[in-house]
Amino acid sequence: MSVIIAPVAWVVRLVWQTVFLALGQVWANKVRAVLTALGIIIGVASVIAVISFLDAGRKWILSELDSAVGSRTMWVWGQVPDSQEGVMNWSDVRVTTHEAVLLLEKAPSIESLTPLCQRGWQVGYGRETVRGASVWGVWPSWHEVESRQVTLGRPLTDIDNAERRPVCLINEQAITELKLDIDPVGDYLVLNGRRFLIVGVLETKSGGGIFGGSQPRTELYIPFNTHKMMDPYSGTWFQANMINANAADDAKAEVRFILRKNRGLSGDDEDTFGMDVIQNAIQMFNNFAFVVMVGAGVVVGISLFVGGIGIMNIMLVSVSERTREIGLRKSLGAQPPVVLLQFLVEAVVLCLVGGLIGLGVGFALTRVVMLMQDFPIKDVPVPGYAILIGLGFSASVGIVFGILPAIKAAMLNPIDALRHE
Amino acid sequence: MSRASADPTQATIKIRGLKKIFRVGDERVHALAGVDLDIYPNEFVAIMGASGSGKSTLMNILGCLDQPTRGEYVLNGHPTHRMGMGRLARVRNREIGFIFQSFELLSRSSALKNVMLPMLYSRDHIFHARKRAKEALMRVGLGERMSHRPNQLSGGQRQRVAVARALVNEPSILLADEPTGNLDSKTTVEIIELFKELHRAGQTIVVVTHEEDVAGQAERIVRLRDGRIISDHPTSEDPIHQGWVRRMSEGQAAIFAEEAGSEADPASKDLVAERGAQG
Ligand SMILES: Nc1ncnc2c1ncn2[C@@H]1O[C@H](COP(=O)(O)OP(=O)(O)O)[C@@H](O)[C@H]1O
Ligand SMILES: [Mg+2]
Repeated sequence: MSVIIAPVAWVVRLVWQTVFLALGQVWANKVRAVLTALGIIIGVASVIAVISFLDAGRKWILSELDSAVGSRTMWVWGQVPDSQEGVMNWSDVRVTTHEAVLLLEKAPSIESLTPLCQRGWQVGYGRETVRGASVWGVWPSWHEVESRQVTLGRPLTDIDNAERRPVCLINEQAITELKLDIDPVGDYLVLNGRRFLIVGVLETKSGGGIFGGSQPRTELYIPFNTHKMMDPYSGTWFQANMINANAADDAKAEVRFILRKNRGLSGDDEDTFGMDVIQNAIQMFNNFAFVVMVGAGVVVGISLFVGGIGIMNIMLVSVSERTREIGLRKSLGAQPPVVLLQFLVEAVVLCLVGGLIGLGVGFALTRVVMLMQDFPIKDVPVPGYAILIGLGFSASVGIVFGILPAIKAAMLNPIDALRHE
Repeated sequence: MSRASADPTQATIKIRGLKKIFRVGDERVHALAGVDLDIYPNEFVAIMGASGSGKSTLMNILGCLDQPTRGEYVLNGHPTHRMGMGRLARVRNREIGFIFQSFELLSRSSALKNVMLPMLYSRDHIFHARKRAKEALMRVGLGERMSHRPNQLSGGQRQRVAVARALVNEPSILLADEPTGNLDSKTTVEIIELFKELHRAGQTIVVVTHEEDVAGQAERIVRLRDGRIISDHPTSEDPIHQGWVRRMSEGQAAIFAEEAGSEADPASKDLVAERGAQG
């Protein structure tokens, strides 16, 4: 039994004693240790701060996007390929309600979808008139796609659409601008010379944030077919919700496959439609984050390198200061690997102490910025992996830059070391 | 290699044609110019010689702290001149207890921690290191001073800690290079008495000294000059030492005789004679 335990216990005791010794060594030279580890402290603090801010920033932008347009949103539209310019007309390629039905039926990554068309029309109520009010033609599924419900009255229905009924939903701004009753449901508006029944009032979306810059305008939502009947030539596109934010690639592939098939495109034919997903906005942020990461990486790299040189220097000093001690330990039977371990552990402990201080500084930095006025992100947590990366970096610096002095100590001849003054 | 397997007829130390040449600039210093020496189990040997005669160089090689330029050094049947750094470290740890003139204690550690140090580098006494260190300190009479740091101890006590540290792994040979060189004469006597006690208990001891009274306590005196052995005798037959003993007692007698009016104290005369002669 002790045949197995003894060597293990020996190693455990050796490492433990070595760590203890190293901590004592750092404590005995506190000021020197902190100054030496300055590079490590700065490096780790930057790692912690940059990762925390980018992480919190990404979460914040995602949530802003989600409340503004929804992170599962996808758009599809007709598009004349560059090579077909002049040959094809936009009306040859525009998306149809037939295609909308096809996508809903056949694309598993698409959860809900509505065709959209929009144009400005004059709207009047009593003596009030709004020119160029934004009028949207939508399917009832729009409520789901945009996750926007009515606060008064009822939403649009399939029958409204099928029968091309002259009904509309209005937003709060329309009530203000047209001086409507606070409960306008049941009243009639005049839209482009036609009477439209107000069936409901839409909730105001809490977009705001980075995307909700513009002032709200009067908006009307009418059945898609009604819109098309009034203006068959307005542009049409689809807005869809994917089953989740990660389905973007699948959704694109499915839409492409289904539309190409439906349009009889084959082989080298170019797509006669375009599409985009909100993911691209996230991608843009990721690209930005990458640039910041690379920039921060350079700063961190330089400070860790400078810190490492400092560590190497101080370890070389430590080795020559303690040459006699090394000689004594060797004369008592310390093998070269044990001496190597002793100095390597000391360098790593020194770096880890610096790393821990850097961790504190980085954490403090995030708190200070969070407390600043106008800083939009409410919470900047320090992610666990940032801590691991920070401490991992400092330990690696200790090993990389501590190995040379440690080898120097390990290779010393015992008697030369003992004679050293 | 262990003490238990030591065969009294087999030399603990066997060196042949040992040379050590130092290069100082363009000059070559022959610190050892061909030394042959056998030391058997339970011997107590004193190595003497003028300063610069090569005593320390020889001791360092015996202690595996240094390697000879040429020649053989066989310790307990194992040729150390063929060993690498790692195995030499093992030999130093298990076979050799080395005592330095300047004690070489870790100043920030207690006496107990200092004595435990050799066991840190050995897998043999993992679970009993503290107990063994305490026993070793008790053996050298420092049972009450275990938690003291070196700077809280006198010179003689520091050297006792070093002796305890040298003994703690039960080495087959105890090597001491001028162990009393930094001590006053009263403390010197204490340390030498300790060596004699260890020798009586079976320890093989080699001690370097340039004091005849210290050498007189050993069984055998080896004299070096210019890196060679010039004489090797049992203490009782060593002409130089016996001459010194004679001169000492005569000199003492003369001093006592000179003290006019006062009666020479026979007791103190005997004591001096005894200190000079073999113990
Ligand atoms: N590391 C060394 N480098 C050069 N010369 C040395 C070295 N060590 C010892 N010597 C020389 O070797 C000779 C023997 O020295 P040493 O063994 O220390 O003598 P002792 O201990 O008998 O006084 C002296 O001449 C000394 O100068
Ligand atoms: Mg000497």
